[in-house]
Amino acid sequence: MSILALVKRIFHQMLRDKRALALMMVAPLLILTLLNYLLAGNTVDSRLGVINADDMLVEILKDTDITVLKVVENTKDILLDKDLDGILEFTGEEISLTLTNDQPTAAKALKIKVQQAIAAQKAKEQAVNLSSFMENIQSKLPGVPIKMEQVKAPEINTSYIYGNKDTIFFDQLSPILVGFFVFFFVFLISGIALLRERTTGTLERLLATPILRRDIVFGYLLGYGLFAVVQTIIVVTYAVKVLDITLVGSFWNVVIINLTLALVALSLGILLSAFANSEFQMMQFIPIAIIPQVFFAGIFPFESMAGWMQVLAKCMPMYYGGSALVEVMYKGSGLGAITDELLVLLGFALVFIVLNVVALKKYRKI
Amino acid sequence: MVSTIVINDVSKSFGKKLVLNQINLTVESGEIFGLIGPSGSGKTTLVKIIVGMDSPSLGDVQVLNSAVPNLKLLQRIGYMAQADALYSDLTGEENLAFFASLFKLKKDVQKERIAYAADLVNLKADLKKKVQNYSGGMKRRLSLALALIQDPEILILDEPTVGIDPELRRSIWNELYRLKNEGKTILVTTHVMDEAEKCDRLAMVRDGEIITSGSPAELKNQYGITSLEEVFLMAGGKQL
Ligand SMILES: Nc1ncnc2c1ncn2[C@@H]1O[C@H](COP(=O)(O)OP(=O)(O)OP(=O)(O)O)[C@@H](O)[C@H]1O
Ligand SMILES: [Mg+2]
Repeated sequence: MSILALVKRIFHQMLRDKRALALMMVAPLLILTLLNYLLAGNTVDSRLGVINADDMLVEILKDTDITVLKVVENTKDILLDKDLDGILEFTGEEISLTLTNDQPTAAKALKIKVQQAIAAQKAKEQAVNLSSFMENIQSKLPGVPIKMEQVKAPEINTSYIYGNKDTIFFDQLSPILVGFFVFFFVFLISGIALLRERTTGTLERLLATPILRRDIVFGYLLGYGLFAVVQTIIVVTYAVKVLDITLVGSFWNVVIINLTLALVALSLGILLSAFANSEFQMMQFIPIAIIPQVFFAGIFPFESMAGWMQVLAKCMPMYYGGSALVEVMYKGSGLGAITDELLVLLGFALVFIVLNVVALKKYRKI
Repeated sequence: MVSTIVINDVSKSFGKKLVLNQINLTVESGEIFGLIGPSGSGKTTLVKIIVGMDSPSLGDVQVLNSAVPNLKLLQRIGYMAQADALYSDLTGEENLAFFASLFKLKKDVQKERIAYAADLVNLKADLKKKVQNYSGGMKRRLSLALALIQDPEILILDEPTVGIDPELRRSIWNELYRLKNEGKTILVTTHVMDEAEKCDRLAMVRDGEIITSGSPAELKNQYGITSLEEVFLMAGGKQL
């Protein structure tokens, strides 16, 4: 009954606080939308200048969405004047590629494309040479019925286990972001709410009533947890239906993961509020306790981290949340594949909850 | 008369600072007991220890024959803190209803008690207003109403009438008398001497010690003077 009274009060307060409500429900949608357009934006076509290039190569390059211009000289001035990303120059057997490299990732992509194009052209040339060589032999040996199939340049058929050729970075990132926003906003709002109770003295006043310490923690978890449910459903629905983010697995599994994350965020938020004396001090926890979580949530591959970084990653709730979300949203796994992650998250929540109940002893020994 | 609050040799230090030094005090049912003393003398600290919001470094406190702190006891103690602790984004009524349900009052009793408490502090017309729009005195009155909400046997009021106008103060004191006559125990701290005059018994706290106690008349006799204000000043070490 005390828990319900607390939940009711939290509802009154939240529904009246339009800004907090908007922060929780609308802000994640705004950020997701922005990121969606930023990361989905097609890469601008590269512009490449060529000197003494074979026509066939130029055709191949053009096929890969590179704008090819014939230039006369390989100089910085021409590169900059013609707004080129690079110049490819053939002098005899030698090939040189000059890259502007103002955007390293774009430069790298261009370099790979050029290499592939040259390789493709070489292969084609060889194929032509080979077949003409064969024809030559055949014509020289009349009567010998050698039938040669046209030799073709090898072509690689690429297939994808997860996603497809149109998969972009955002598809893999978005599950992590969806989880992170739920984590972040729930942390912030519940943490600040309890902090306000501490600073205005209402928490102390609350503990002068016969309420159990654990009922306060549960009341908070339930009250803000219900808002987290709504938030999760809004964010996931929006991400999938409006932004068309890949969701291979079940919608409800995503909701379950996000709720577990929200539970961790809630219990962590109200726990850390015990160590803050003002809203600003609460914000100071964000770069320490929240931002690093994103880095370990799966944006950078876990396998390539140094050993101690891997240990650190395993201490972060978002590591488990992120990998469970990628598992469900991107790879389409079921609950069975993410039980471990969910259990670890629940373990985190349990530890934080117990610590919360103990931390309230500061106000009342029993 | 039953001893409802018994304080045995209570000392309290914050770090190295000794704030309460071997306090012994007994308050009985059906009396209004006043704690007076200069600012920083330890009144609030003592009161918090009685409620169980703070624990003594040494000694123990018994309220209604049970050792403090005790959850069941909190149901029977009405506490008004010195600093208003209210939910400013809720209305006065919602504040009262919230605490009423923490004291597990039934819906109909809740309504009755809210009406009674709001009426007593003259807040009936403002119950639907958000507390952030209350004046200082209105907040104080709401805090007092909250302390009375579950009809407790023990009332512990830390400077209850600060910021309350004389007319309302009189009606609040009339109500305290009525409650006392019902057999409740009332402990108030105050700086206001005409209020101290209204208490049945007084204890004067100074630097964490009770330097003198007794009825207002006894204190005046002891110092051979006519006004409590002078008692306060003399007990405070100031020469007249
Ligand atoms: N949490 C605390 N930590 C350290 N010192 C404290 C704490 N609470 C109170 N004190 C100190 O204890 C002393 C007594 O404080 P207390 O609040 O009990 O005084 P008071 O008699 O209620 O004063 P006032 O009449 O101004 O309300 C003060 O010196 C105060 O600084
Ligand atoms: Mg005080």
